[in-house]
Amino acid sequence: MSLFEYAPAPESRAVVDIASSYGLFIDGAFTEGAGGSLKTINPATEEALAEVAVADETDVDRAVAAARRAHERMWGPMPGAERAKYLYRIARLLAERSREFAVLETLDNGKPIRESRDVDVPLASAWFFYYAGWADKLDYAGYGPNPRPHGVVGQVIPWNFPLLMLAWKIAPALATGNTVVLKPAETTPLTALLFADLLQQAELPPGVVNIVTGAGPTGAAVVGHPGVDKVAFTGSTAVGKSIAKQIAGTRKHATLELGGKAANIVFADAPIDQAVEGIVNGIFFNQGQVCCAGSRVLVEEPLHDELVDRLKARLGTLRLGDPMDKNTDIGAINSARQLERITDLSAAGEAEGAVRWSADCAIPESGFWFPPTVFTQVSAAHRIAREEIFGPVLSVLTFRTPAEAVAKANNTPYGLSAGIWTEKGSRILWMADRLRAGVVWANTFNKFDPTSPFGGYKESGYGREGGRQGLGPYLVEGDVR
Amino acid sequence: MTVVGEGRRVDVRKTYKLYVGGAFPRSESGRTYEVRSARGAFLANAAMASRKDARDAVRAARAAQPGWAGATAYNRGQVLYRVAELLEGRRAQFVADIRAGEGLTGPRAEAAVSAAIDRWVWYAGWTDKVAQVAGNANPVAGPYFNLSSPEPTGVVGVIAPQRSSLLGLVSVIAPPLVMGNTVVVVASQERPLPAITLGEVLATSDVPGGVVNVLTGRTAELAPVLASHMDVNALDLAGAVDADGVTWGDLEALAADTVKRVRRPQGDAEPRWRDEQSLAQVLAFTETKTVWHPKGT
Amino acid sequence: MSTTASSGTVVRPWDRSAAQVAQDAAGLIGSAEISNTALRRYLFGLPGVDEVGAKARAAQLGTRSIKTTAKAWALDTIISMIDLTTLEGADTPGKVRSLVAKARTPEPGDPGCPRPAAVCVYNDMVSTAVEAVGSSGIHVAAVSTAFPSGRASLAVRLADTADAVAAGADEIDMVIDRGAFLAGDYLKVYEDIVAVREVCHQGERPAHLKVILETGELVTYDNVRRASWLSMLAGADFIKTSTGKVQPAATLPVTVVMLEAVRDFLAATGVQVGVKPAGGIRTSKDAIKFLVAVNEVAGERWLDPDFFRFGASTLLNDVLLQRQKLSTGAYSGPDYVTID
Repeated sequence: MSLFEYAPAPESRAVVDIASSYGLFIDGAFTEGAGGSLKTINPATEEALAEVAVADETDVDRAVAAARRAHERMWGPMPGAERAKYLYRIARLLAERSREFAVLETLDNGKPIRESRDVDVPLASAWFFYYAGWADKLDYAGYGPNPRPHGVVGQVIPWNFPLLMLAWKIAPALATGNTVVLKPAETTPLTALLFADLLQQAELPPGVVNIVTGAGPTGAAVVGHPGVDKVAFTGSTAVGKSIAKQIAGTRKHATLELGGKAANIVFADAPIDQAVEGIVNGIFFNQGQVCCAGSRVLVEEPLHDELVDRLKARLGTLRLGDPMDKNTDIGAINSARQLERITDLSAAGEAEGAVRWSADCAIPESGFWFPPTVFTQVSAAHRIAREEIFGPVLSVLTFRTPAEAVAKANNTPYGLSAGIWTEKGSRILWMADRLRAGVVWANTFNKFDPTSPFGGYKESGYGREGGRQGLGPYLVEGDVR
Repeated sequence: MTVVGEGRRVDVRKTYKLYVGGAFPRSESGRTYEVRSARGAFLANAAMASRKDARDAVRAARAAQPGWAGATAYNRGQVLYRVAELLEGRRAQFVADIRAGEGLTGPRAEAAVSAAIDRWVWYAGWTDKVAQVAGNANPVAGPYFNLSSPEPTGVVGVIAPQRSSLLGLVSVIAPPLVMGNTVVVVASQERPLPAITLGEVLATSDVPGGVVNVLTGRTAELAPVLASHMDVNALDLAGAVDADGVTWGDLEALAADTVKRVRRPQGDAEPRWRDEQSLAQVLAFTETKTVWHPKGT
Repeated sequence: MSTTASSGTVVRPWDRSAAQVAQDAAGLIGSAEISNTALRRYLFGLPGVDEVGAKARAAQLGTRSIKTTAKAWALDTIISMIDLTTLEGADTPGKVRSLVAKARTPEPGDPGCPRPAAVCVYNDMVSTAVEAVGSSGIHVAAVSTAFPSGRASLAVRLADTADAVAAGADEIDMVIDRGAFLAGDYLKVYEDIVAVREVCHQGERPAHLKVILETGELVTYDNVRRASWLSMLAGADFIKTSTGKVQPAATLPVTVVMLEAVRDFLAATGVQVGVKPAGGIRTSKDAIKFLVAVNEVAGERWLDPDFFRFGASTLLNDVLLQRQKLSTGAYSGPDYVTID
């Protein structure tokens, strides 16, 4: 019992009405699915939240046909300035209904309400607001005069940031004049379906956005549909590779935003308190279920012991538990399957000789949970230093020189993000030049902004989301490959 | 053969070899194949590169990549421009090569060589401008410096066009070089001689060894090695449409295993190379890197 | 680090002799001779503070939601940590007595309501305040050393301090020489503090020494961190943000940086120094954010009026209003708390 015991401060779930079942959102209306249904649960309690229709190939076909019609008759010919106004409407509606989306996101995903409220939903709204402004200014985007959309875009998104990834995908696609068939993740479909309700409020023309729920086969049907001109995928590298293979030899374009194994490099002259915060934010934000998570800390050897001590002390103040509690820092792992992967890889870390330390926190009885965990004495050969764990598990390695730090940071098939902590400016720029990663956070970590391009090198994928660069993949003239 | 005075002087012929890591090795396999002119006359025996030669070429390209990318843009521009100067000096040989190999008339061969040299100059001029055109500051909603800039992808495997043995070749190897990629190119199978001559030019230029590596031989044998090689970051398949026994989609599928960037052929046949000059081709082999830093006191 | 601290015995800073203070300082800076060069080298060897990151951390702490029982505990704890302050040119004995009366009986209808830790007054009001607090246990704190600017000779500032100590002040709030600090004369700042501390220790019970950094004039968090360490090296019992006469005064990020400093000083020396944000904290909501910062940055060892204070004049009444709201369930109004 601590002196200052924070009383439970649960966010009210009364703000959101969850229906008992949901259909597919096709051509502006909710319709039945032909592929049966699946249950989506609250990972913090294992309580079933709703039944959600599963789209089969015929449903996907209907969705693509609707998107094609909308593209040809309505959305394609519409002046950019008019498209922009729909996107502005969506941005505003998201802001107006932000609490509802935040609560639903937390219920379906397990992430702390603090994060869905302060990060996911505001950023999603900002993403639409930013791309809205591009819709009538595409001639100035650097892709030549009158750049053209691909047509129908198939988008498959993951469960770690369900609404935010939807915004990252839909906003630039619509701004550039494409229409969309989007498949949310199997375990987190609810905010996408609530978004469909929001689109009805926005009176977005039918067929411009279609949302088909389901699991892997539904996604494969979207990606493989011959009427889909462009694919955008965020998810695992394994699935990304299979998508790249699936569309090889076709005229279908793809954007892939895949896994990562980011190094967070800490020099002995780092601003130590902010570095500790950055490491914590880097790996424990969203329970570490972040593709750009800073899962490998590379610390300059003289600072190692002090940094590990400070990290452990800081982790001791993290609050794990009810994601709906406004004071929760660490929520639930999204699914039993993901928890199993985290558990297995952590066990492998121990078996391979790394030293495991977990924060001492009470684990709720039901739901899927994993305590913040730090592995020390990790070597580059260990699985936990190479494989993406996608959980609240940090590996600490050491380095001696800047060149060694770069070599170790780059020694991975991934290349999504990297962090650098040092007070020496010229060293930051030297490092940033050499790190093979799409996003380099120096003296900060896990920052996102709609104006700032995000995406990976190497097996972390290709194409960029965010910023002017985020338009290119949705334009024929900007799709340089 | 040329008649000199009353006696007949015998030509000194050139042995065409591979160009790998700045050197001119024979194929480690010891294999060669006959190269014939458009009319069917014997021109030379070219080295028939093996899978191991391709592997060595990738290794050389990887070794050269950080240095080439790390050179200043101004320096890369000068080095590439120097190549154009040397090409100009060798134009007679290139004209002769492509007249024989492609069966072009003299004026058309001259025009093709001129276009190839001009193209090289055009791309050389881009080195210190791409970041200004394709990069930008991002006005993020917070106290952060935020800059996005294009960087080279790494090692690029290039399947050169089968027909256009010089202009087509230059059109696909110059763009990736601009930003600091290094290249392993599989030359036109039937018309490989201009590629080897280009290698000789590069060897006497200031382009560091390993930045461009030229393989001659069977495209169908070499292309899949590059497409599946785990240390190749990108593939240019623009020239792969007419290669014997090659389906570009199969190469793209192999490339998917390591998430390579693939530039596809734009149509079902070789394009009009005269028109194939664009910044987009440079950007196809770049990655956008975004750097964040707080702004505070 | 708190891990080291929790294993060893913790020393209360005012229990140290001048020799022990000097010895601790010499140990930290690695030089028996305390010179400007040695101090500069030491202070510039401290880790930097990234302003944006520090502010972000403070903002995040500010999002904690403290409700019901936690809020009740927090409100009472805040009251017990208040240095109820009046620092006006217009202060009169009557005003000071009224302030003390308020401190003695903050909530007339509720004897269970805790009392503020101290009243804080100008030097010439100390005897009035001492007489008024009587045996209540409420401390009298005096702002000395030519407060708030400190722009007087050392002799004058020491005499000022000696007056307050002689008049019975339990606590002395001194200001550092910001001019000397900004000019790089760290030795002068150090020696001033040592000298004032010596005066504080002249009585039978040492007066606790709070060293005001005036962070609004130091501007950068790097300076705040260095000034915090410099003050602790010289023997401060408390480090205090501000006089309240300069804006910005006690901000949450500045306080977080100072909490980090006392936490790290404890780890390095075993000595637990207190922190006092002062100026600009007017609402319970704000004060609770500071309390959360104390809890999560320095640790619960600092949730104690001996080691954390709020320098405030209007905060008390807002806390009382919130306290009434918690007990009655209805929002209270200004007519239901007393003005002092």
